[in-house]
Amino acid sequence: MARNVSTQRKIVVTVVAWTIGILIFFPILWTFLTSFKTEAEAIASPPSLFFFDWTTENYHEVQSRSNYLLHFMNSVVISFGSTLIGLIIAIPSAWAMAFSPTKRTKDVLMWMLSTKMMPSVGVLVPMYLLFRNTGLLDTRTGLVIVLTLINLPIIIWMLYTYFKEIPGEILEAARMDGASLSKEIIYVLTPMAIPGIASTLLLNIILAWNEAFWTLNLSAAKAAPLTAFIASYSSPEGLFYAKLSAASTMAIAPILILGWFSQKQLVRGLTFGAVK
Amino acid sequence: MATLHTRSAARLMIAPSVLLLLAWMIVPLAMTIYFSFLRYNLLMPGMEEFAGFSNYKYFLTDPAFFQALFNTLAIVLGVLFITVVGGIALALLLDQPMFGQGIVRILVIAPFLIMPTVAALVWKNMFMNPVNGLFAWLAKLFGLQPFDFLANAPLMSVILIVAWQWLPFATLILLTALQSLDEEQKEAAQMDGASAWSRFIYLVLPHLSRAITVVILIQTIFLLSVFAEILVTTNGGPGTQSTNLTFLVYAQALLQFDVGGASAGGIIAVILANIVAFFLMRMIGKTLEA
Repeated sequence: MARNVSTQRKIVVTVVAWTIGILIFFPILWTFLTSFKTEAEAIASPPSLFFFDWTTENYHEVQSRSNYLLHFMNSVVISFGSTLIGLIIAIPSAWAMAFSPTKRTKDVLMWMLSTKMMPSVGVLVPMYLLFRNTGLLDTRTGLVIVLTLINLPIIIWMLYTYFKEIPGEILEAARMDGASLSKEIIYVLTPMAIPGIASTLLLNIILAWNEAFWTLNLSAAKAAPLTAFIASYSSPEGLFYAKLSAASTMAIAPILILGWFSQKQLVRGLTFGAVK
Repeated sequence: MATLHTRSAARLMIAPSVLLLLAWMIVPLAMTIYFSFLRYNLLMPGMEEFAGFSNYKYFLTDPAFFQALFNTLAIVLGVLFITVVGGIALALLLDQPMFGQGIVRILVIAPFLIMPTVAALVWKNMFMNPVNGLFAWLAKLFGLQPFDFLANAPLMSVILIVAWQWLPFATLILLTALQSLDEEQKEAAQMDGASAWSRFIYLVLPHLSRAITVVILIQTIFLLSVFAEILVTTNGGPGTQSTNLTFLVYAQALLQFDVGGASAGGIIAVILANIVAFFLMRMIGKTLEA
């Protein structure tokens, strides 16, 4: 292929790809821009893309009207809490299955995954009643418990596929060199395990942050995370596009940034290691 | 490693996860099965009685059930079609050399990271609204009558929103698979004079088949349970036009307070999901051996 042909081709591909990329991203960009408009400008016709009086008033108003920070903190506590507890439970299990597998390890792993296949709605009624009767309805504790359970299989699977890649020979070498068990764990195993644990942490925070079945059904005013808080905008009063946009922008920004950092792990985690 | 982890130590380490998941799997599901055979309404406490299969009979003869079943399938198949075809096209495009590839990737991935309620409300209000939405403005620009998406084509609108959320997932996975295709193979095919189309059909598509299967199966699991998008846009309506199985069970349980009926519906949903899961598990099981 001649060089100038391939450069030309590259330019065409670039234009097409950027156009499609921007179109796909546009709803998010539009939400971001609208959050800085006044309510009147938000529904103005013709709409303006960049040339309007930028204002941060919506962000103040969302906070003062509905205590946005409370819901933001609920999301933080629920997603981080459920992920950390999940990791504490999962790390020993994944470790044991990766480093001292038995004949049944594969069956156990497959069975764990199968619990993820159960549709949430199949256990909605008993969970709702159990939560109501134990006072867990609309509490952060209750949501942390549920989200820990629904994400536990994914956490174990991700950790397992990462731990599997740690070569056992390195441990033997360390032992031959006279490393004690504690030194072996601190200096050899931990550094090799940390990248996998970090990826697992990131992906699960994203999943828990965006979970929108249990958070919508088991929370009300007090423990509602952002998913449920934003849902309250579905029955609006008066003009609300700019405020919806401000609330949405704050709700999605942290996760967008986390997600962009962990693109590769996203694929691996969501396909249970089937596509790397 | 045998000295570090004896068999029993390993068992001890696995036990908490297994016990928790076992409890999570058995206790609520057993309760759902139990409730599904009761006449049990939260508005009439203390009136519970054994009802045999009448809840199932009620659910399976309810016209809303068949509408919901149809809608569930329409959402799954519609979204799968859009995301798989679109995902292959996008992955092929993003695999080409271009300027700023990393940024385009970031733009394309973004919708997948947006929480469902935000995605659905932004589309509903700022795009699909027949008065103030951008689509209405575009229609007027071309002298057309604005179309009320959520009132006139509720199911299609839901499918569109959900497809927008899942297109990045398909693209990302197919792109990852595409990048593992051997460069030399492609060049060899090219040198042998294979056209772009036959290279796609005989080389690229077979290479992608595994990733496509994974995309279809995993998305199906999630798409069977679409909920938030329906709740905040159409609330299942108008009528039951955009009610899927998940939403129907939710409405039966938390709006009608019919514990028995909702439980029967939940069990039906579990059975349907299990049929899909069966194939997914076999697929992933094979990966584990490889």
